Formats: sequence, structure tokens, C-alpha cells
Amino acid sequence: MRALTLLKAAAAAGALLVGTAPALAQTIAITNGRVVIGDGSEPIDGGTVVIRNGRVVAAGAGVSVPADAQVVDANGRWVTPGLVSGFSRIGLAEVDAASASNDTGANSSPFSAAIDVAPAVNPQASAIAVNRAAGVTRAVVAPQASSSMFGGQGAVIDLGSDMDPIMRRRAFQYVELGETGGQRAGGSRASAHALLRNALREAGQLRVTIPGGTGRRQPDASAEQPMLEDQPDFRMFEPTRERASDVLLTRFDAAALVPVVRGQQALLVHVERASDILQTLALKREFPNLRIVLVGATEGWRVADDIRAAGVPVIANALNDLPASFEQLAATQSNVGRLRAAGVTVGIGHINDDETRQIRLMPQYAGNLVALNRIPGATGLSWAEAFAAISARPAEAMGLGGEIGSLRPGRRADVVIWDGDPLELSTGVEAVWIDGVQQSLENRQTRLRDRYRTPTEGALPHAYTPRQ
Amino acid sequence: MKSLLLAVAATALLAGCATAGGQQQSAQSAQAQQPSSPRAADPYPSTYRAYPGVVTAITNATIFDGEGGRIDNGTIVLAEGRILAVGGADTAIPEGATRIDGNGRWVTPGVIDIHSHLGNYPSPGVEAHSDGNEVTGPVRPEVWAEHSIWPQDPGFSRALANGGITTLHVLPGSANLFGGRGVTLRNVSARTYQQMRFPGAPRSLKMACGENPKRVYGNRNQMPGSRMANVALMRQTWQRAVEYRDRVGRDPNTPRDLALETLVEVLNGDVLVQNHCYRADEMAIMLDMAQEFGFRIASFHHAVEAYKIADLLRERGTCASVWADWWGFKMEAYDAVNENAPLIHNAGACAIIHSDDANGIQRLNQEAAKTLADGRRMGIQISDETAWRWLAINPATALGIADQTGSLRVGKRADVVLWNGHPFSVYTRPQQVWIDGALLYDMNNPQLRPVSDFELGQPGEGDTK
Repeated sequence: MRALTLLKAAAAAGALLVGTAPALAQTIAITNGRVVIGDGSEPIDGGTVVIRNGRVVAAGAGVSVPADAQVVDANGRWVTPGLVSGFSRIGLAEVDAASASNDTGANSSPFSAAIDVAPAVNPQASAIAVNRAAGVTRAVVAPQASSSMFGGQGAVIDLGSDMDPIMRRRAFQYVELGETGGQRAGGSRASAHALLRNALREAGQLRVTIPGGTGRRQPDASAEQPMLEDQPDFRMFEPTRERASDVLLTRFDAAALVPVVRGQQALLVHVERASDILQTLALKREFPNLRIVLVGATEGWRVADDIRAAGVPVIANALNDLPASFEQLAATQSNVGRLRAAGVTVGIGHINDDETRQIRLMPQYAGNLVALNRIPGATGLSWAEAFAAISARPAEAMGLGGEIGSLRPGRRADVVIWDGDPLELSTGVEAVWIDGVQQSLENRQTRLRDRYRTPTEGALPHAYTPRQ
Repeated sequence: MKSLLLAVAATALLAGCATAGGQQQSAQSAQAQQPSSPRAADPYPSTYRAYPGVVTAITNATIFDGEGGRIDNGTIVLAEGRILAVGGADTAIPEGATRIDGNGRWVTPGVIDIHSHLGNYPSPGVEAHSDGNEVTGPVRPEVWAEHSIWPQDPGFSRALANGGITTLHVLPGSANLFGGRGVTLRNVSARTYQQMRFPGAPRSLKMACGENPKRVYGNRNQMPGSRMANVALMRQTWQRAVEYRDRVGRDPNTPRDLALETLVEVLNGDVLVQNHCYRADEMAIMLDMAQEFGFRIASFHHAVEAYKIADLLRERGTCASVWADWWGFKMEAYDAVNENAPLIHNAGACAIIHSDDANGIQRLNQEAAKTLADGRRMGIQISDETAWRWLAINPATALGIADQTGSLRVGKRADVVLWNGHPFSVYTRPQQVWIDGALLYDMNNPQLRPVSDFELGQPGEGDTK
């Protein structure tokens, strides 16, 4: 009870600081927690998490509490890293069907690969606050491929209540290569592959100088490294170089694909069908530097060994089990478990699944994968792996495992305290820190809830409800 | 190739008609169904037959009876398709009954989804399968959702195996003010929808408020292009129905109008109104409209703002069918709260958890669990067994089948789920599911896992899904 009060006081303090304070140079020790590191290791009882200057200093058992630390007693409750969505469009829409508020796609844009979602991400979107209150602290944000098979460049964001949501700008290029890719590329998958190859070749011929990039292949493509520094996009100003007269891409679009060809920027490829997955993996024969991440991969389990052999990570929907399209005939909830069992790095995302708003359902999805373990013939995940699938694994898939997704030392201090097992349906969030800053858990939904606790009017209409 | 296929299909269709006609006649006379139309006997009667079961006793389980009751260490006996007994450890078990130890497991009535589009928006979601909305006019009470249902939709089996769904109500979509008739189905694999139709269950009329009708038709420069036109066109249509009813009353030879006939059946209380309506203010308008023309709305569906008028819903006796946490996909879903169902329940109104979704229908128990927990966190204490009403007796009541199913009362249909843990836990799945006492899903028996025709010969056929 005393700890609860402490937590509430801390939350109130956090609320006051919201919007005014950047990452605080302070030390916080969350003690006596059931600590989940998030990397697939088992929970640690009686654990402590120490964060300083927005980073994790240490987490686990036997961690000493620095003398200057503000102590938060978790009182046995669960302490985990913040959740990481492996695929979303959060912050790009306020109300999906209110088209002016929806920046997920650009179906009449003259540009494709050059589109960069970063300027469109609204840190004050209702969905950011709603999902933050459910423990989501980071998200991959992808543009939709609307006018072309290329969606453009996506970002990795934090869900903090400040005005700077972008953690990694232009973190990846997003491309459709399945049914949608075929449709966007003129009517067939074959056309999509031709267009993709042509685009990458045009980019390869461009030889743009990219700030922060060497143009050489990274020595170890699997090593976790930031893919592109967050700098202004000078590529669009490259003025003079001659291009062939028969190019298809605009200069800006072609320039945007240069870091993809060079392996400096990940290429997120949305494919579902087993054969489409193999065709995507085969691209590396022609373009060896590509850093492919498979998105979707509903039939991935059928070619799991090929995916593992290619060293390609996967961001998958957790629970697809319907032949929702002809590219998902083999859908099963065991997909993620079977991929993992084959040794593939697989994180959970919301691919065309309420991805602007409902990434908060990740714990439920992950919990369902644990439930599969008790069904003969199904393949699920252990609890610790299921949690990692919504924390460390998506971060690793994006090459950001050294920054986010776990409570290992040096990671950004995104921490959540839960009132129970984080994957269980009855569990709620008690406190959230992002970059070491405690966050408000209030949002439109909690305000409406409080206003209509009693539906019938009192002495004044509901519009006069005082702020509590 | 295509024309050849068409020719073959046509032949098959003709042959099918000939046989079906004979069967239909005998089924009709045998069943002597209640005529649900004032003008004719039910022309598309249920041919559902319960599959055989054995006398089964589940012992030592925690039982939620679906009406708010709970029995710890309980026993339930299923026999001849019905619930023979339900009670404590001392419940008599007939000689020779198959006994199942329910230790550590939970027994509930089969889950009922009051809002589904399985069959009329089936998987795969190709255009050729898009049969839920008759978007050629905003007033289409003459169409029946059941005539769009494809029984081979693989979604039925997922709802059974993962969701414990034993009964579902399939509705037309919400493009129209009057979308047509909805139908209640038993969740059994079948060749025809008639074999799935819940015997004796009333049909429904789907109505829709708000954004969808005015968007669909307003964009074509047709009425309705506004919410006020939604209401005007509804009222005009109800007025025509009232006049048609009176005319038929005076002159039985009045030419049949299949559209108005549906509405007259609503006015007579034979067809139940299921009303897609998100916003509180629009629900209040609909409740007045119901009084103006003398019909009753069984349930609002989607009802994202029901919590704002839960007192009014209680007064008028209309249920609110809701999601746990869907929100924000359009303006009328903007004011969602996670505690909608508990707030409705807490005000004394009738809450129902529905899916409207081929995935959500697999997890209605989880949806109830989430919103229940959110309610408790704001101080609304509702017991687990009471909350199970949202998946059982409440939807059964709103569908007019509460005398048949929706709770574990002696004599009711033996629609039962044995869960392998607490059904409000994310780690729990149906272990076995009985429909009318027939064991139609068993987690441990691959032979008891339905595979639709569509899935035969496809990758993943017969897999755990």
C-alpha cells in the first residue's frame, strides 16, 4: 500500500513535468520488482532496475542502489522494458477515416521511395497517449505503399509525451512485394520484381554522397549498428550529376534508395506467401548488401529454414490463422513459434491490423502465443520468449537491440511497472518511463471514463465536470 | 476454361435444386415450424439436426452458468442433446456416462456472438466473396443475410476451436439504413446454411445509424447525405410499413411487398431490431423512433458511446453490444473508453460483448476479460461469473433464444465449453466444445477439428490454427 502511494506520487510528479522536461539527469532505482530483462531470459524476483540520465545502468538481482537515487519500491510487482512495436503506423492518423487527419499513405504523390514519414508523426496524436498508457514506449512507424510499391522511409519513434517523437529517422525503406505489391506495380508480382530491380539499379548508378555513410558494405551486416544518422536529407539537393534519359524514378526517389542498395538502411519487405518470401530472400543474390527484414510472413513457417539460413529477421502478426487472402492460405497461430523454433529472429507487429491505434494489444497477442503450448500440434513461445517478441526481438530486427527493447545496461531507460503478469488480460500499467522520464498515463479515454462514471447529470451538465 | 467451368456449375446447380426441393418439403412438414411471416410459412426453414452425442458428465469443474451463477467443484451432465443436470459434487451421474475430470478447468455455456459476418464476408476476403452489403439503395429490408452465407467459410471453425462459439448471429452490413434480415446460426459445419440455421430463432432486422449510410449514398449525391436524412428516410420507411400493415389487415389480397413485410414482422414483434449505432445522441433518437412507430430495439451494436447513456438504455430495456477496446477508426468511434461494458452493466443496463470480426470472434472471452479488468480498476466490482452474462444469457436474450441456450439450465440445449483454465486468462483455450450435446471440437483429438472444403488440398490443411 505504501509502495502504491509512492508510485502514484511519482506518477503525479511525472505528469507535472510532462512537456517541459527533456531527459532528466537523475538516478532512479526501482527496487523489489519481478524484473523482466526482455531479452528472452526468465523473470528475476526481488530485482532492481537502476536508471541514470535516461539509460539503464543495471537490472537484475543483487544490483546495488546508488546513494543519490530516487527509490521506487515496486513491492513485488512486474518491472519490464517498455514494449516495442515491430510494425505500426502510430502517430500518422488521429482518426483513420477522417482523411485529412490521416497521413499513413499518399495515393496521389509524385514521390514514392523518397517519402519520409518523420515530418508527419504527431507526438500529440491520441493514439500515442492511449498506447503509452498501456506500456508501449517505442514503435516502428511505416508509411503505407499507396501510389507505388514503395511506401517510402519509415522511422522508429518513442511514445513519450514531449514534442520530439523521432528516435531514428529514415530507419528503413518499406516496399510491398506480395499481392499489394503486384497491384501497385501495374498488376502482377512479376512486374513488382522488375520494378524493384530497376529501382535498385537506378539507385546503384546514382553514386550519391550520403553524409555519415561510407558507401562500403558494413563489415558485419548482422552486427547491430545504427543504420543512418539522423541528419538532414542532403540527397535531395544533389544537383548536377547526369542521369540516363530512360530512368523511371525521380532523382529524389532514386537517391532515397541508395542507402538501401548499400545496406546502410534496412529494407522492410511486406510478403505473406511462402514463395514470395523465397523470392525476396533471393534478392540478396543480386543485391548482396540488402538488409532485408520480412514483414508479415504469414506463411513463413513453411520456409523457416530458408529464412534462418539467410539471416533475415521477421516482423509478423501474432495470431493470423485465417486464409484472409490467397497469400495467407497456410496461416496459423503457430507461425511465430515455428519460426522461432527454427532459429529466426521474430518480433510481433501490427501489419494492416489497426496499426495506427491498437499496438497496445501486443501483450494479449504474446500471451496467446504462450497459450498455444498446451495445444497438441501447435507451437507457441515460452513466456520469456513471448515477452521478448514484443520487446527485444523487434528492436533486434531493426538493428536497434543495443538501444531499446531490453533492460540490459546502456539501453534507453524505457521501463514499465505492471500490476500483474504483463501478458495477462487483467493486468494494468502502473507507471511508465521513457528515456528515464516518467510519463503521464492520462489520455482522452481516461478523461471520458472519469467524466461519465455516473451517466446521469448532477447539478450541472457533464461539460462542467471539474478536472480531477 | 472459364465457360466450361460455368456450364458444369450450372448443371450441378440444377441437379442440386431438384433434390433440395424434395428434402425441403419433407423437412417442412416434419418440423412444422412456426410461420415467421404473416403472409407465408417460412420459405427457408431450418434443416439443422443435432449431431449424436453420448451421455457426458464433467465433474469437479468451476462452472459459470451464464446467468451470473457459479458452482465450484461442480458437475454438469449432458444427455440427448440437453443439459440433464448441473450442480455440486453430489449431482447424480447416470450409469455409463462418459466422465471427464474438470479439475482445474472451467465450464461455461457456449459463447454466443451477436454480431458476425462469417459466411457473408468470408475468408478469403476477395471481391467475389463480398456479400454483406446490398449497396444499391439505403432501404433494403427485403434482403436476407442468410442468402449470402457461404457455409465453407473457414472462419466458422476458428470461432469454434479458439473461441468456443456455439451460436452466432450473422447480419447484413451497415451501408444501408435498413440492411436486411439477420440470421442466427448453430456453429456446425454444413453443406447449406439451412443446416446451420438455429431452429425457431427469430430473424432480425439490421438497421444502421450514422456515418456509413450517409457516406455511401451522400457520396453518390443520393439521400441520405446527412444524419438528418438518415432519420427522415427511416421514418418515411416505417410510416410506409405501418400503412402497409393496415392495408394488408383490411385487404389480405394486397400485393406482397417483401421489403415492407420484413418491417411489418418487426412491428408484430416477430423480427428483432439489431441496430448499428455508435453515438449516444443517435441511440437516443433511435429509441424515440422506436416509440414513434411501435417497435422495440433489441440491441444497439458497436455502441461505443453507450456508457454516456447507460441510464437511458436501462429505462428502455435495450442492450448495448460492444467491443472491449476498439476505437478511433472513424469519428463515431472516437469517444471509446475501455470500460464501456462495465459502465453499462453498472448502470443496470444489459451489456453484450460482440466481435464483428473473424479474428475477434475467436477471443470474445478475452475481450470480456480485458474490459472487466478495466472496470475493476475504476472501482466497478463485477464478479467473473456475472461478467460471463455478456457472452451468454444477454446475447441469447437479445436474439430471442434465451429459452433455448445462453445458460446452463436443465433442459436447455447442451451448448457447453470446457476450458483448459480460467476462461478470462490469456493462457486458456477451449479444450472441448459441445453443441447440442455433440462433441464437435476436442483440443486433444485432431479428428475433431473441422476443415472446410475450401481448405482441402491447400497448404496448411488440417493444421492447428
